[in-house]
Amino acid sequence: MKLPIPAALRRPAKPGEGEGGNGPAPANLKDAPPRPAEGPGAAETAKEAGIDVVGWVDQRTGASGFLTGILYRKVPKGTNWFYTLGSATLFAFTIQAITGVFLAMYYTPSPTEAYGSITHLTNDVFLGEFVRGMHKWGASVMIILIFLHMARTFFFGAYKYPRELNWVIGVVLLILTLVMGLTGYLLPFDQRSFWATIVASNITASGPVVGPYLADFLRAGPDFSATTLARFYALHMLLIPGAIIALIGAHLYLVVKLGTTAPPWLRAEKPKPATPVVEVTAGTDGGGDGARGR
Amino acid sequence: MKAHDKEAYLQEYELLKKKGKPFFPYAVLKDAAMALVVTIVVIVMALVLGAEQGPKADPTTTTYVPRPEWYFFFLFELLRVLKPPEMTPVAMIGIPTLAMVGLLLLPFYDRNPERRPERRPIATTAGCLTIVAMAYLTYLGATAGSPTEIDMEVAPQYEAGKEIVAQAGCLACHTVGENGNNGPGPELTHIAADVPRAAIIRSVEIGPGIMPSYRDLPPEQVKQLADFLSSLD
Repeated sequence: MKLPIPAALRRPAKPGEGEGGNGPAPANLKDAPPRPAEGPGAAETAKEAGIDVVGWVDQRTGASGFLTGILYRKVPKGTNWFYTLGSATLFAFTIQAITGVFLAMYYTPSPTEAYGSITHLTNDVFLGEFVRGMHKWGASVMIILIFLHMARTFFFGAYKYPRELNWVIGVVLLILTLVMGLTGYLLPFDQRSFWATIVASNITASGPVVGPYLADFLRAGPDFSATTLARFYALHMLLIPGAIIALIGAHLYLVVKLGTTAPPWLRAEKPKPATPVVEVTAGTDGGGDGARGR
Repeated sequence: MKAHDKEAYLQEYELLKKKGKPFFPYAVLKDAAMALVVTIVVIVMALVLGAEQGPKADPTTTTYVPRPEWYFFFLFELLRVLKPPEMTPVAMIGIPTLAMVGLLLLPFYDRNPERRPERRPIATTAGCLTIVAMAYLTYLGATAGSPTEIDMEVAPQYEAGKEIVAQAGCLACHTVGENGNNGPGPELTHIAADVPRAAIIRSVEIGPGIMPSYRDLPPEQVKQLADFLSSLD
């Protein structure tokens, strides 16, 4: 069965495809005519309604051109498994976001109750320990993936013109991810996390110029106090994830706009000068071909 | 990178892209397969390794020596490698700050139009060295002995003293064999060769220089501690 893809989201036809003489057979030759006893079934109607909704939304947002531009944009020849590291990092972040939401439903960010709420979550809540384990180890997986993605970008020279800005955004995302690791480490509020945070904030305080102020901001005062945990919680739950999501948006926008790099070893065959390449642009190109627009 | 290099790159890229395949479904399929692998790895790690809860945070303990999450081990090791206390800010703030700024500004000082790693010897070597250094420091951090244990074979009569040295917090400033922080205090692995037993006891009781006094330790424990340390020559 064919999926009911609404017309607006279908892949734009290439020139010469579709209506031409060699195109697919007309619909009336393919489909068996409906039997006289059957009208359009309920399923049929529901399908039509779904398509109508997509059409309705599209008419008001114009999102289809944007979406087809993203989906059907060309990825250069030779892209290999190394190119999945970025999306894998994004996926690991999604795992962290989803498991994090469930953990937040049971966690109490107060120094007297935090430890107990984690014990309760681990021992009593259905799948509690499993979700906490996913969040804990998902963090490590995300860190590994982000470093691998960065190594790929570095060794393939993918940070060079015109993608310099996207490299800068990526480095900021790496730093923010490490800050997530640091702030999240305190939240279980056991000995290990408590003392590691004390050391981390003392080290921050010894930093040049802004160090003492930054440490005071982190600890909510000159010493570790009852408010410190709530502060780390707010940073870990709201401020940094918000910044990460916004920057991922910018990162992806630039990836789509500038295109994925080709492996550096690949050379294009030069077109014969006698037959100049005629650029045929499909009308629905959203942002996928920005590099061409010079 | 000069203007004609930029132009040449864009033209080349345009040709490669024309030869390429659409993102959907080709790249999406690979991405989805990778996402599946990531999910399975995270689920298996969660099931096998679990999420242990340590003892509750206790601000009154003073002997607990913290260890960071493994991905900060390389910073933690940097702290131990650059031992003098006045070097600590350099290790912890200076080097990471420089590394961060260096990473952020990479596309602005590396202006070589070449992209193939084998034709960028400086960049490729620097990248490989960074990876090796971080991996090595992470390995050192991971294998550094537990901060409240001493992994050393000793005669049975010194076991009690070894335990006391490990638990009393000596390792925060002294190395004993493979364990402990190297500094600010002197290494204790061969302390008996230089310091007589009586001097060790005096040091523990009065705490010379910046060393804190341990006169609150019960005399029996001080004796056992001194027995152990004066056996190290």
